[in-house]
Amino acid sequence: MKYLMLINASLDADGAPTGCSTPEEWMLFDKSLKEAGVYVGGDSVADFTTAATVTVDERGERLVTDGPFAESREVLGGYFVVDVPDLDVALDWAARCPGSRDGGSIVVRPLAGYEG
Amino acid sequence: MAGAAASGSSRLTLEAVFREERGLLLAALVRRFGDLDLAEEVTSEAIEAALVHWPAEGVPPKPGAWLMTTARRKAVDRLRRDQAYAARLAVLQVEAERTGPAQPFSEGGLPDERLQLFFTCAHPALPAEDRAALTLRCLAGLTTPEVARAFLVPSATMGKRIVRAKNRIRTLRIPFRVPDAAELPGRLPGVLQVVYSIFTEGYAASSGPDLQRLDLAEEAIRLARILRRLLPGEREVAGLLALLLLIHARRDARTGPDGDLVLLDDQDRGRWDRAMISEGAALVVTALTGGPPGWYGVQAAIAALHDEAPDVASTDWPQIVALYDVLHGLAPSPVVSLNRAVAVAMRDGPAAGLALLEELADEPKLREYSPFPAARGDLLSRLGRLEEAAVAYREALELAGTEPERVHLRGRLAAEG
Repeated sequence: MKYLMLINASLDADGAPTGCSTPEEWMLFDKSLKEAGVYVGGDSVADFTTAATVTVDERGERLVTDGPFAESREVLGGYFVVDVPDLDVALDWAARCPGSRDGGSIVVRPLAGYEG
Repeated sequence: MAGAAASGSSRLTLEAVFREERGLLLAALVRRFGDLDLAEEVTSEAIEAALVHWPAEGVPPKPGAWLMTTARRKAVDRLRRDQAYAARLAVLQVEAERTGPAQPFSEGGLPDERLQLFFTCAHPALPAEDRAALTLRCLAGLTTPEVARAFLVPSATMGKRIVRAKNRIRTLRIPFRVPDAAELPGRLPGVLQVVYSIFTEGYAASSGPDLQRLDLAEEAIRLARILRRLLPGEREVAGLLALLLLIHARRDARTGPDGDLVLLDDQDRGRWDRAMISEGAALVVTALTGGPPGWYGVQAAIAALHDEAPDVASTDWPQIVALYDVLHGLAPSPVVSLNRAVAVAMRDGPAAGLALLEELADEPKLREYSPFPAARGDLLSRLGRLEEAAVAYREALELAGTEPERVHLRGRLAAEG
């Protein structure tokens, strides 16, 4: 069963992450996912506030905007996809992720698994 | 098991008899097939078959084993008919680890696998309201209309809610497993909370017009007893069962002849259930022995002190204050502080209690909580400050949620003249 783990980073008033997890902690987490054989994919955003949004209206017109902006204190910081037997195991991995601490949170969602 | 199976009232009695088996059977089948829907379907079919066969042919020597065999045969039939479903289940079976120590068998010949179902039904990834409904449905063995009646919602609404909760279990793949020793301290409070919330729901209702909901308190006690059997070493489980018994022991004295609420101070203690009190008090000892005290154990100890006192005046108030201090250390809350202040008023006099209450006046959680102004009114009145007491009672009256509570407050207000 594949689960998407969306990592929400918590930002302070200046837009800097409130967390203090180090690159080493992230690399260690990444490594432990791979060693456990549950890693499917994952990455982090290059920049917490840089994004572009596209939507296509009913006439086929493409609308591109330069958002979303980090209006809330929580922004998408990255993701992992893991393949584990059930929700409890997915939640265990999410709790071990450095992104779950220091005001951050991880949203865990089951994937439909269409790619077979 | 006499009487025709299909005739109305005797059938209802038979279904009630099956409540215990329903939970056992369901849990055993969930463990075997890893699918709640299939387990529920064949549990119902097996009980249906028993309702037809047993009155005519007699109850088999091992009723539980009969039900299990019947249910398994029906599950196999169902899986033969629906190959896609069978394939999906097979994948689940391979993926999930269905290992674990074999469970002890109950008297009826069914293995007791209910503990894992408790943890699934109380899983934090389910909405809180669904946890209680699902626990009543799957573990207390209530039918969906019975659960609906318990929560005062239409049957169809409850049916949808239960389906939604089951979909959530399936889609998120919430496992059917007992958390290991490392996880248990984090997960057990969630299970206890579900049982406690079922109990308090029953109590909130028992002060309303619908006395039938008192059943809910009894279902909660039954669930707590099952948990106690399954987790004999967990002191907070003993504490929960103790607390429920010690509160429920006062049920008959809680309402007056007109159904109005009678507060603890004014209750006829001769109508308290002595057997239930001694059972609860013994469990308090278990709950508070051999480790640091837990929330339910301490609450139960407070309830026991009330239950064992012949009247309000001779209640061990110093001990109750001390227990509220422990409780405050475990889980500080404005409501605990309020109850502590009332106990202090009993120990040291109304002025001392009132001083503590005034400190709580700015607590947002107490602003809309009618017992807070009601307690102030009581202490003010005992200090002879009658006008201020009347103001406090009127404030409480505006916040009171149930009619019996309002009747009581109107009475107090009238007494102030």
